[in-house]
Amino acid sequence: MSEVVEKNVVETKREPLFSKKNRKLITDPLNDNNPITVQVLGICSALAITVKLKPAVVMALSVLFVLGVGNVVISLLRNFIPNRIRIIVQLVVVASLVILVDQVLKAYVYDVSKQLSVFVGLIITNCIIMGRFEAFALGNTPWKSFLDGVGNAFGYGIILIIVAFFRELLGNGTLFDFHVIPESWMISNGGFYANNGLMLLPPMALIVVAIIIWVQRSRNTKLIENN
Amino acid sequence: MQDLINIFVKAIFVENMIFAYFLGMCSYLAVSKTVKTGVGLGIAVIFVLGITVPINYLLENYVLKEGALTWLDESFATVDLSFLSFIMFIAVIASMVQLVEMTVEKFAPALYNALGIFLPLIAVNCAILGGSLFMQERAYSNISEATVFGLGSGVGWFLAIVAIAAIREKIRYSNVPAPLRGLGITFVITGLMGLGFMAFMGIKL
Repeated sequence: MSEVVEKNVVETKREPLFSKKNRKLITDPLNDNNPITVQVLGICSALAITVKLKPAVVMALSVLFVLGVGNVVISLLRNFIPNRIRIIVQLVVVASLVILVDQVLKAYVYDVSKQLSVFVGLIITNCIIMGRFEAFALGNTPWKSFLDGVGNAFGYGIILIIVAFFRELLGNGTLFDFHVIPESWMISNGGFYANNGLMLLPPMALIVVAIIIWVQRSRNTKLIENN
Repeated sequence: MQDLINIFVKAIFVENMIFAYFLGMCSYLAVSKTVKTGVGLGIAVIFVLGITVPINYLLENYVLKEGALTWLDESFATVDLSFLSFIMFIAVIASMVQLVEMTVEKFAPALYNALGIFLPLIAVNCAILGGSLFMQERAYSNISEATVFGLGSGVGWFLAIVAIAAIREKIRYSNVPAPLRGLGITFVITGLMGLGFMAFMGIKL
């Protein structure tokens, strides 16, 4: 706890809302410090719901909401949470936010909510959320925590949407259920093209993420691990 | 009896937590550097899944489900608390993990030394909450089925983490392309193992 108090003292100096440091909080997770490909957080839900773009976008937005709001709440409470029970407090905050998201999804986009099935509930144990609470919100002011939450949720959402884009395009020939590849090309309609059903299987999500990691680390060589 | 065995085998192979649903991937990737830690975390997961799934089953059927409260009073027949299930499940899991940690520390210090550092990690492992949520979604008909499902999922998770840890120990001696080293190649291996596990999918149990 002493560490937290010290940080607060240092940061009481006022700075503009979008200072360079604050902007970095948003842009960093998009590439250099991406939650999925670099911090290895939140993979559980990232892979299972990327067969189509629509559930992936809904999931990214849900995480954006939970992480943004949750980070602010934890950051506001940070000086009142006893260290020993902080995990339970964090879980209660996330669980209440996720119940909100779940009820809203059930009310407005019932079909997507059915497709996401247990994975909405699993936002609770999404490691991104706990990870950011632990690593950032517990030691920083609400506004910074909010930016950090939004940035990380964007970093997560981008990977989700890239994976879902390729899987839906190659596996189904559609984007948002809209046929991108003309149906007259399909072999069943006398054409030459067949969808690659393999892309729809769960293991291909892992391989698509691996390819993203490969591309990202070849461009950004400082991320390469020694082993 | 046959039903129970079917559920057990299905939970291990056909609906493997990692290869079919990617649950618990975070700790799976983070703690699979050596076989020894993999085994420790795997056993802890079996343990906690085997305890929390039946408890959450009771909670679901006697408190949360629509009409579940009729054992208290007939007038509760229309009460539906299922929207509370997330928070109840996670509370049960977090407190059970704490309880298990304390019990093990008191009565089996040797086991505690082996599992100790992994138990707190487990409260936020998606596989544990996932087990309870799948139990709710699939509506198992009695508590023994739910218990067997919990244990089976745990064993499936255990097998997966031990297998990947063994492969990762060996892959250190291979010449992996630099950008794929570490995380990337682990993803590829998991993907290939997942493709292998898909062979079980055709099995009707």
